Amino acid sequence: MQGSLQSSSYKQLEQKSKYTNIFLRWFLYFVLILFASYFIFPLYVMIVTSLKTMEEIRQGTLLTWPSGLNFDSWAVAWGGRGYGAGDTYLKPYFWNSIKMVVPAVFFSTFIGAMAGYVLTKWRFKGDKWVFLFLLFGCFIPYQAILLPMARTLGVLGISNSVIGLVLVHTVYGIPFTTLFFRNFYVSIPSELVKAARIDGAGFFKIFFKILLPISTPIIVVTVIWQFTQIWNDFLFGSTFSFGEAAPIQVALNNMVLSSTSVKEYNVDMASAIIAGIPTLIVYVLAGKYFIRGLTSGAVKG
Amino acid sequence: MLKWLEKNLPKIVMAPAVGLIGWFVYGFVLWTLYISFTNSKILPKYELWGVGQYFKLWGSRKWLIAVDNLLIFTALFLIFCVVIGIILAIFLDQKIRAEGVLRTIYLYPMALSFIVTGTAWKWILNPTLGIQKMFIDWGFENFTFDWLVNREMAIYTIVIAGVWQSAGFVMALFLAGLRSVEDEIVKAAKIDGANLFTVYWKILLPMMRPVFFTSFVILVHISIKSYDLIVALTQGGPGISTTMPALYMTQTAFHKSQVGLSAASAMMMFMAVAAVIIPYLYSELRRENAR
Repeated sequence: MQGSLQSSSYKQLEQKSKYTNIFLRWFLYFVLILFASYFIFPLYVMIVTSLKTMEEIRQGTLLTWPSGLNFDSWAVAWGGRGYGAGDTYLKPYFWNSIKMVVPAVFFSTFIGAMAGYVLTKWRFKGDKWVFLFLLFGCFIPYQAILLPMARTLGVLGISNSVIGLVLVHTVYGIPFTTLFFRNFYVSIPSELVKAARIDGAGFFKIFFKILLPISTPIIVVTVIWQFTQIWNDFLFGSTFSFGEAAPIQVALNNMVLSSTSVKEYNVDMASAIIAGIPTLIVYVLAGKYFIRGLTSGAVKG
Repeated sequence: MLKWLEKNLPKIVMAPAVGLIGWFVYGFVLWTLYISFTNSKILPKYELWGVGQYFKLWGSRKWLIAVDNLLIFTALFLIFCVVIGIILAIFLDQKIRAEGVLRTIYLYPMALSFIVTGTAWKWILNPTLGIQKMFIDWGFENFTFDWLVNREMAIYTIVIAGVWQSAGFVMALFLAGLRSVEDEIVKAAKIDGANLFTVYWKILLPMMRPVFFTSFVILVHISIKSYDLIVALTQGGPGISTTMPALYMTQTAFHKSQVGLSAASAMMMFMAVAAVIIPYLYSELRRENAR
């Protein structure tokens, strides 16, 4: 999809340096593959380590292939070892994360869609400032709101609960979702809306009948962005929840840090993969939308 | 009444977003600012105490280490992410076979959380069974790689993992930038006899100024906020050698119960981010108005 860079006169020029070009070509692939291996290396190590026994881990190196497909450590990471106290495993926390992500993504996306709609199609005096006011929320370091947020959740009686985390993630998602929808609706001709208004369509009718049906791409981008951010969040999760209400990233960190008896790296790696799989699947299936969100709303990291 | 409602419906719909952000962002930042001027310990006190917390903060060795680390990390993180990102973007732009696959590989770390990343790198970098052992088993008997547990070097392990996570993202930004340049410009330069190197160095990269700017802002922003990666990789250790401001803030607030002091550190972070973001927003807005 790179257009027709190679016109004929340009091709002639290139002929002259054919051999340098072949060399450059090889160099190019060499560098690209070298970096690809740097990027793939940790994932490879995680997967093979999770399939090894501890004995194999001690005897081989990071790169050694496992002797067989041994999913024992995955089972331990997901469902525990079956004894009572001190047996931490990811299953309940995985569900906590699901229970947190679904409503938080829904509410923040909905509020952002409405805000983006108003800011572009029902413009009012000072709407630019309102947008800027919301946009700044994308950038604040959350450390500056942690203390009052902890107090507020306490006062509301929802600290250390999934509901509390839903609230936090909804609120701090709004600046991003508004940004996405606003930038998308700006590019849609306002004539469409004006015509509908003349025909007597109201505020909500225009939104649900005209804009929403064409919003699928931006909804996908927003949902993926919010899902990834919230699923991967650790700061809010670890500050506002502990014990049973913790989301999966917090549980993963606790599991890896718990220094009871011998360190089981295979279980650690299986846990890390389990915690990373949902977002990885989304990335592989909808990479295009993922990247679009990243490059347009990319401020959070 | 109905008429008023109809007229103001857009504003009413807008209200929840504005209200929530007004309260939870601006209100909370002001609250934190206020608390940073009080002598709050475990619980917030509302009696003003002056700027004592800021003096205490800048007199604290741990905070100074945190700031030092932040500067080292930010500088290296920026340089490596941008250099690797640009190299990958330019190389990928040469009609490469399997470009899609390579791009997917470079960018997938962005889909993972820093906790997952940190867990993996911690395992890879641990001296007993990780990379060090791999090289020793391969016959390099004197090979040592103990950065993770070495006070002087531990901060660089965070750079390695951070760059691994974010370089692909810079690549994506630059690739998008390069692809948006008109083919004609490149063609004309080539007909004038410019080689590929000159085309990129003299023409295309200077055109990427806005992309540099965006990457700079985003990367600095990521590094000021970095917290998860440090928790997962070193927890600020060995000792306090890899403490960073974000970690300092939460530790001071929730483990040391020095609420006033931690509010002061949070405000310092806030100001650092604002110093980078406000010019950025200003220039973005100007660009948009110019359109």
